[in-house]
Amino acid sequence: MTSDQASETPETTLDSVVIRFCGDSGDGMQLTGGQFADTSALFGNDFATFPDFPAEIRAPKGTTFGVSGFQVHFSSEHIYTPGDRVNAMVAMNPAGFKVNIGDVEPGGIVIVNEDEFTKGNLAKCGYIDGYNPLDDEEINNKYHLVRVPMSRLTKESLADSGMGAKDINRCRNMFALGIVYWLYERPIEQTKAYLTEKFAQKKGLPEVAKINIRALEAGYYFGETAEVFPARYRVPPAKQEKGTYRQISGNEATVLGLVTAAQKADKSIVYASYPITPASSVMHGLAHLKRFGIKTIQSEDEIAAICTAIGASFAGDLAVTGTSGPGLALKGEAMGLALMLELPLVIVNVQRAGPATGLPTKTEQADLLQAMYGRHCESPLIIVAPRSPSDCFNMAIEAVRLAVEFMTPVIYLSDGYIANGAEPWKVPNVGDIPDIDVVHPTQEDFAEHEFLPYARNPETLARPWAIPGTPGLEHRVGSLEKDAETGNVSYDADNHDMMVRLRAEKVERAAQSIPLLEVDGDPSGDVLVLGWGGTYGSITTAVHQVRANGHAVSSAHLQYLNPFPSNTEEVLRSFKKIVIPEINLGQLSMLIRSKFLIETIGINIVKGQPFRVDTLVERITEVLEQ
Amino acid sequence: MSVTDTKSTELPIYSAKDFTSDQDVRWCPGCGDYAVLSAVRKALPSMGKKKEDFVFVSGIGCSSRFPYYMATYGVHSIHGRGLAVATGVKCANPELEVCVVAGDGDLLSIGGNHTIHTMRRNVDLTILLLNNKIYGLTKGQYSPTSETGKISPTSPAGSIDYPINPIAVAVATGCTFIARSLDVDMKGLDTIFKRAMAHRGTSFVEVYQDCNIFNHKAWFYASQKETMYETTVKLEHGKPLVFGNDRDKGIIFNCGSPKVVTIGEDGITESDLIVHDETDRFLANMYAQMAHPEFPEPMGILYADPSKPTYDQLLYQQLDDAKKDAKKKGGRPDLQSLVTGNESWEVR
Ligand SMILES: Cc1ncc(C[n+]2csc(CCOP(=O)(O)OP(=O)(O)O)c2C)c(N)n1
Ligand code: SF4
Ligand SMILES: [Mg+2]
Repeated sequence: MTSDQASETPETTLDSVVIRFCGDSGDGMQLTGGQFADTSALFGNDFATFPDFPAEIRAPKGTTFGVSGFQVHFSSEHIYTPGDRVNAMVAMNPAGFKVNIGDVEPGGIVIVNEDEFTKGNLAKCGYIDGYNPLDDEEINNKYHLVRVPMSRLTKESLADSGMGAKDINRCRNMFALGIVYWLYERPIEQTKAYLTEKFAQKKGLPEVAKINIRALEAGYYFGETAEVFPARYRVPPAKQEKGTYRQISGNEATVLGLVTAAQKADKSIVYASYPITPASSVMHGLAHLKRFGIKTIQSEDEIAAICTAIGASFAGDLAVTGTSGPGLALKGEAMGLALMLELPLVIVNVQRAGPATGLPTKTEQADLLQAMYGRHCESPLIIVAPRSPSDCFNMAIEAVRLAVEFMTPVIYLSDGYIANGAEPWKVPNVGDIPDIDVVHPTQEDFAEHEFLPYARNPETLARPWAIPGTPGLEHRVGSLEKDAETGNVSYDADNHDMMVRLRAEKVERAAQSIPLLEVDGDPSGDVLVLGWGGTYGSITTAVHQVRANGHAVSSAHLQYLNPFPSNTEEVLRSFKKIVIPEINLGQLSMLIRSKFLIETIGINIVKGQPFRVDTLVERITEVLEQ
Repeated sequence: MSVTDTKSTELPIYSAKDFTSDQDVRWCPGCGDYAVLSAVRKALPSMGKKKEDFVFVSGIGCSSRFPYYMATYGVHSIHGRGLAVATGVKCANPELEVCVVAGDGDLLSIGGNHTIHTMRRNVDLTILLLNNKIYGLTKGQYSPTSETGKISPTSPAGSIDYPINPIAVAVATGCTFIARSLDVDMKGLDTIFKRAMAHRGTSFVEVYQDCNIFNHKAWFYASQKETMYETTVKLEHGKPLVFGNDRDKGIIFNCGSPKVVTIGEDGITESDLIVHDETDRFLANMYAQMAHPEFPEPMGILYADPSKPTYDQLLYQQLDDAKKDAKKKGGRPDLQSLVTGNESWEVR
């Protein structure tokens, strides 16, 4: 069965579609959405995904707080975000319907499993007194509601399979996926192969694979024969540069970036971490890569994790510790230690909404000031921030490169949105990625002069990375202030003042080693929209729209936050107004104002969700029209 | 200092001086830390290891200044975190001989979590706990090993904390080498430190250390000639537990519990006494509970189990297995195929 199979339903071609799958956390929505994305990728669409799941692993069934969603934006154009106006939604239960219906555009397609809209289930999510939204006239007028008795149809189609009710029930998501594959003319082969591999080959459950595949096909045929859709939709493949592509999420890219950096530096990695959402999957990924010399250590807490990384760095491994905001707070003192010891270290912080435990599965960008200032005393560190899932690959390599070049800790600020979201990625040729130079001095280097552990490279101000096991270079590093020359403990007042400045200067000098800030659009104009981190997709899409509406607006996105690229001030001063959208209350704004004395206008929405493009368009346009 | 064993013939011949850094030692005159420092410097030349392979790691405290005074590699880290740092050193390079020096506050209060977990994992480190039952560096506050009722600047009416029992912690976590010594017992320290360093796995040595400024005489019962033979019992593997000024006392099992007896009284002979077996973890448990003044305190090597694989050993075993496995499947692990993944597609 292929997408171009003859069908009598009329066809409509669309540029892009945003579809959201939602249901109970036990309904397999992440898998369903993931399959739809995989299939779209192979079909040749550009795409972006947004998984959105509850903090509880198995929240009480049928409740609104147990709703799990997965959104896929697929397109024949180049896209940057998973989209915000949902064109089509699949709701597997009333709770999913209730939580998500507000995001569906008027006229949008809403496919529901009507069997689940029972009195009991309706009540569980607060639809009481006999109210059923499916019978609501307003709802029916506003959306194209498609009621499908998915539970019953799945059961009927698998009645002769000999499998138990529980197994059969679990196939409803595949039935739903089948309908959607038909609706959007997607081939189902890819998912069939996936199901065979997952259930038959990996888990040894060929019967489970079989019924899932049959449910998928039953859904597809239902779409074809039931005539409940007025049209089928075709989203043609996108024009993409030639090459090999894969799908990648931010945390996967972080893993690959770290491994690549290690190979390029010809080093082992010690990755010490304590599990925390949404950073854990970085450790999960690395734990499988022992063959590349990756040592993962699950420490007893975040403080132990960073300290173990520091010890590993002292002994000559590439040291990385990973966490989310609460863990970063715990690591604060030890980051000061790494800075004082002047050892290379990468601190991965996959930000989430907080403070405290906050909304642990939701995204936020509110650790920027913590990364900048969340330590005692004068303790500047280099900060980098990937801007999209695939950019995590590049920026993880950059973090390692800078840490080694400047012998200093580097904070890598990702976020839950790009960590879990996925997009297609043109796979780089790893041979093209430059090596990372690591030099460990030996005794021979000091035939002429004394080895001093805090002697500095005149350009980078980095000290030598002499490692234990090297004869003749035995030395002590410590958290007490050290003499600028010898590295010995020093309580001298002027020396301390000098060292404080030296450590700051070292970070400033990293500006010479990072790329300039690029402007998307004209290099000058009325408004520059400046962003950082995971908001790149929404900001770029919004600015393109506003520009298309005839405004002199450009955008720029900071991947390096400390130090800023050396042309940052010049870029900012080329525009009349600077707008800074952030998923916090204005942290980059604060940095920009204090550093450059430039007025900024913030767009600050802190809802645990990525920005909606239409909101940004509206707010940027407001500024332009003021 | 000459080197005797054959294995170390390729090694330079070291003396204690070779392990002495050029930094002035800044402990108070009379501080027990001096004796430990000198014992360690003297022991290292005969360890059969190269100087560049030793790493001393510490947290913060008077005792934690230790690494600055050693002419080896060293890290003076932050309060309580020495063990976590040392774990990283060992995981990066398991060939290194890593020793952590810590105070009682450092190891058992702020760093208590790392102590439990380092011992549990059996990371191949030697831990020297310089227990002075007080916070020395911060000027004399009571510590987690101070006795209840301790008068200190933060407990003017007497501390209401019950003390922690370091040996019991070590036993409970499965620590594979447990010993106790005295700052003034140079000979005992020497033997124990060498055994501890040679042990593969976490070695824990509690040293009774006198802080002569803030807690002077805290250990006098165990360190002074007049009392020590009555208040401590020296353990020797395979020998009965005999103690006392006249070596006339011993320990027997009495319904499973230790009991102090006098040899020659009530028909007790040496053959009735408990015989020390350092591989017996039940005995280790018992030793942990033998405290002054009810019992003489066991000194020496309480427990040693060299059979448990170490954390670093297992870590490298897994790395080696993975590398071998990759080799079987086609040589060097290939970065490009990892980055490309197995679900890529071509755009032509
Ligand atoms: C995070 C932190 N908290 C508190 C301190 C202050 N401080 C330094 S050493 C110490 C206690 C020292 O006692 P101990 O560990 O027993 O070592 P000693 O000085 O007795 O050898 C304290 C509380 C610190 N340096 N860092
Ligand atoms: S305060 Fe006590 S422990 Fe610290 S150096 Fe002085 S005597 Fe030693
Ligand atoms: Mg102390």
